[in-house]
Amino acid sequence: MIEFTDIRKVYGDDTVLGPVSGRIPAGGVTSLVGPNGAGKSTLLTIIGRLAEPTSGTVTVDGLDVHRAKSQDVARTLSVLRQENHFTARVTVRELVSFGRFPHSRGRLTREDVTHVDDALDFLHLGDLQHRYLDQLSGGQRQRAYVAMVLAQDTRYVLLDEPLNNLDMKHSVRMMAQLRRAADELGKTVVLIVHDINFAAAYSDRIIALRDGRIAASDTVEAMMRAEVLTEVFDTPVRIHEVDGTRTAVYYR
Amino acid sequence: MRRLPLLLATLCVLALVTASLFIGGYDIDLRALFTDPEARRMFLISRVPRTLALVLAAAAMAVSGVIMQMLVQNRFVEPTTTGTSEWAALGVLLLTLLVPGASPLLKMGAASAFAFAGALVFLVVLGRIGLKSQVIVPIVGIMLGALVSAATLYIASSTNLLQMLATWRSGGFSSVVRGNYEPLWVVGAIVVGLYLLADRFTIAGLGRSTATSLGLPYRRIMFIGLIMVALAAGVTTVVVGFIPFLGLIVPNLVSMARGDDVRGNLPWVVLSSVALMIACDLVGRLIVFPLEIPATVVLGAFGAVVFVAMILRQRGKAHV
Amino acid sequence: MSETHLPAPSPVETARDGKGAGAAAVAPVRRGLPPAARLAVAGGLAAVAVVCFLFLFIEGSFDFAFERRLTMLGTMLVVAFTQAVGTVVFQTITHNRILTPSIMGFDSVYILMQTLLVSVFGGGVLAATDGMPKLVTQTLLMVGFTMLLFGWLFSGRSGSLHVLLLVGVVLGLAFRSLSDFLQRMLSPAEYDVLSARLFGRLSSAEAAYLPLAGAVCLIVGAVVWQRRYRLDALLLGRDAATNLGISYKRELTVMLLLVSLLIAMSTALAGPMTFFGFVTAMLAHQMSGTHRHAVVLPMAFLIGLITLAGGQFIMEHVFYASGMLTVVIEFVGGAVFLVHLLRKGTL
Repeated sequence: MIEFTDIRKVYGDDTVLGPVSGRIPAGGVTSLVGPNGAGKSTLLTIIGRLAEPTSGTVTVDGLDVHRAKSQDVARTLSVLRQENHFTARVTVRELVSFGRFPHSRGRLTREDVTHVDDALDFLHLGDLQHRYLDQLSGGQRQRAYVAMVLAQDTRYVLLDEPLNNLDMKHSVRMMAQLRRAADELGKTVVLIVHDINFAAAYSDRIIALRDGRIAASDTVEAMMRAEVLTEVFDTPVRIHEVDGTRTAVYYR
Repeated sequence: MRRLPLLLATLCVLALVTASLFIGGYDIDLRALFTDPEARRMFLISRVPRTLALVLAAAAMAVSGVIMQMLVQNRFVEPTTTGTSEWAALGVLLLTLLVPGASPLLKMGAASAFAFAGALVFLVVLGRIGLKSQVIVPIVGIMLGALVSAATLYIASSTNLLQMLATWRSGGFSSVVRGNYEPLWVVGAIVVGLYLLADRFTIAGLGRSTATSLGLPYRRIMFIGLIMVALAAGVTTVVVGFIPFLGLIVPNLVSMARGDDVRGNLPWVVLSSVALMIACDLVGRLIVFPLEIPATVVLGAFGAVVFVAMILRQRGKAHV
Repeated sequence: MSETHLPAPSPVETARDGKGAGAAAVAPVRRGLPPAARLAVAGGLAAVAVVCFLFLFIEGSFDFAFERRLTMLGTMLVVAFTQAVGTVVFQTITHNRILTPSIMGFDSVYILMQTLLVSVFGGGVLAATDGMPKLVTQTLLMVGFTMLLFGWLFSGRSGSLHVLLLVGVVLGLAFRSLSDFLQRMLSPAEYDVLSARLFGRLSSAEAAYLPLAGAVCLIVGAVVWQRRYRLDALLLGRDAATNLGISYKRELTVMLLLVSLLIAMSTALAGPMTFFGFVTAMLAHQMSGTHRHAVVLPMAFLIGLITLAGGQFIMEHVFYASGMLTVVIEFVGGAVFLVHLLRKGTL
């Protein structure tokens, strides 16, 4: 279980987040949604200990992520940001192998190699494994990053907008693969999604942020209601039942 | 009423100018000016040119800083952080070698031409660099400058001109006399040009596509801007040497105080640069009297401190 | 992990997916020699260069010439090691392939120190004070300068590396302007003595310093080697490295300390060099065929050694200008740097 208590992030005089508290139970897919500047990324990066909170604590399965040994945290939780700039030219396989670093410290064992192979298979990257990252399309590269995070073999996987730059087909595939990671591999997936309908279709829970606070947090069924979404996104939203799932309509 | 602060600032600068006119190794006061022809001669040959050179050089560096900052859209660029000054130095050195005893005007031409080439190289390099953070741009510029200055040093050392180079780089205003500072007046024209073209430079700084979609000839404006910078940097380098950081700190301090209104800030930028330059010169003249430290060195030390403070302030404000 | 397999996408589909689509693009991209063989080739070339430099064209007393060359070889080993390792590590932790550690202002501190010495004590002081204490003091002063900078900048909550670089660069410019001023007050004779110290030089290093320098290199080398996998992971950038369980700030501080120690020692021993490190690092990255530091670091060292020993051999026996090697390397290196920047421009 991820538990965050009184998290605040302040830049100068601006409070961009908090104070927020909450918990994300183990297992399943949890989506963070909210308007621009609501603090979704800030919260996710603080939980993933990529940023320090101004105050507050985050524990994951009882491990205080900001105080525990970084290596121990890296075996419990993995986190992927939107933008990744590499100076080195690496192949897909090399990138995914980096995911084993917390376990092997760079010297791959046979077990590590198996994990890397499995992660490549899981995201259908077998044919691309010897290609360099800069030779891939945006969607393929995104898959390679996710494969690295899966190879890390942590219980918790945090992803900041994994659908960014993906077209319709690749977005659907990515979400289906993350869903499978939760169902078949028992991962706890926490991700930021821009499209509320994607969140509803693939998640178990939704946490909505607005103005640096948690505006609402519940199961998908409870969240996909017109009055909740209208309030969160500050724009009129209607809910229609389409093919048995609740779909938000807000285009006009 | 809005004019009042500007008026006061102008009076301050005039006071500094007066101080600069009447302080120096040779005692000149107002009465002597009218009664003693020798004093008057001294005054006109040395004091007046020196003070005018200070004023004009300060304006030149401030203006070239402002133009570069607009064209590159980066707060931290000016001739010394883009390698432009180093190119000017290389130009002068080469000319000194090829045409010994070249006239100052010819030297300025060479310096300006090399400064122009240097500014072009900088822009081309910048256009090819993917990651353009506010901080990376000046680092790249300084690295380019280091490259050029390595070449300059090498040439100077193999031709025994090394110390001349050091002397001339740290320049200063003590050697300015009537007859060798006049080309600095070109700066006046550049200031006027900047005032007229300020908006265009800002738009050009937003990039080729923005400029084109707004119907501006991007290439021509960039060209004009670079010519202005190169002239200002070239002429100043030849007459008084390197003036580090002036074109960087003053425009930034002014926009911190008044916001980013280029045209409205311009009088303030020019006035403050002049004031700072003269103040540094006075400090340099008085602190080790009767010797003197060049204003450029005083400014280098002071400017570095202010610049570092500015960088750190920027860091404090930046999110993530 | 997963035992279930969704049908994998067909090769045709994958190819259409890619940017540079086409049947050829699907094939593995790796070509050429494996990294170990590349290292062996570089090692062989370095050995040839060293042997040529040491044994060929000796005139007069063999013992005397050989001893002199052996000392110079020692200096070359130290300079190649410090500049190559220092630059590769620096570029890894600063996430770029064009900056060299000298940009942190080492050169300026060194030049200012020499200039101050001559200004205060006169031209004789440089030769008179040469010795172990001065070497150690100079090294410590330069390391101290960078440590002061890091300590101060990293004490804030969000230590930005690029800000750190810029501050170092700016202070370097200020030192430079101060040195210029001091230099113009020197008498020409004093200035001549000083100017000999302002360029990189290999021949003047004394044998007495080499054991100490060698020991420092060995220790730093051992620490860096032990952390080579962490350096690999640092290539991924701050966030990805943190995700993999690396204490980014600590690793950065350790590495910057080591780099400043290496470069400061190199500068104190052989004078300032800016572009030599750049060239060795760039060639090492191109020749290694991998990003792994286990290959790139030794490769950079070997390339540095080939350049110095081979270059000195050629300068001495082809151009008869034995003292000019570092100047030429810097000049050529600078030209390569500019061309590289104009062609590639990636940071």
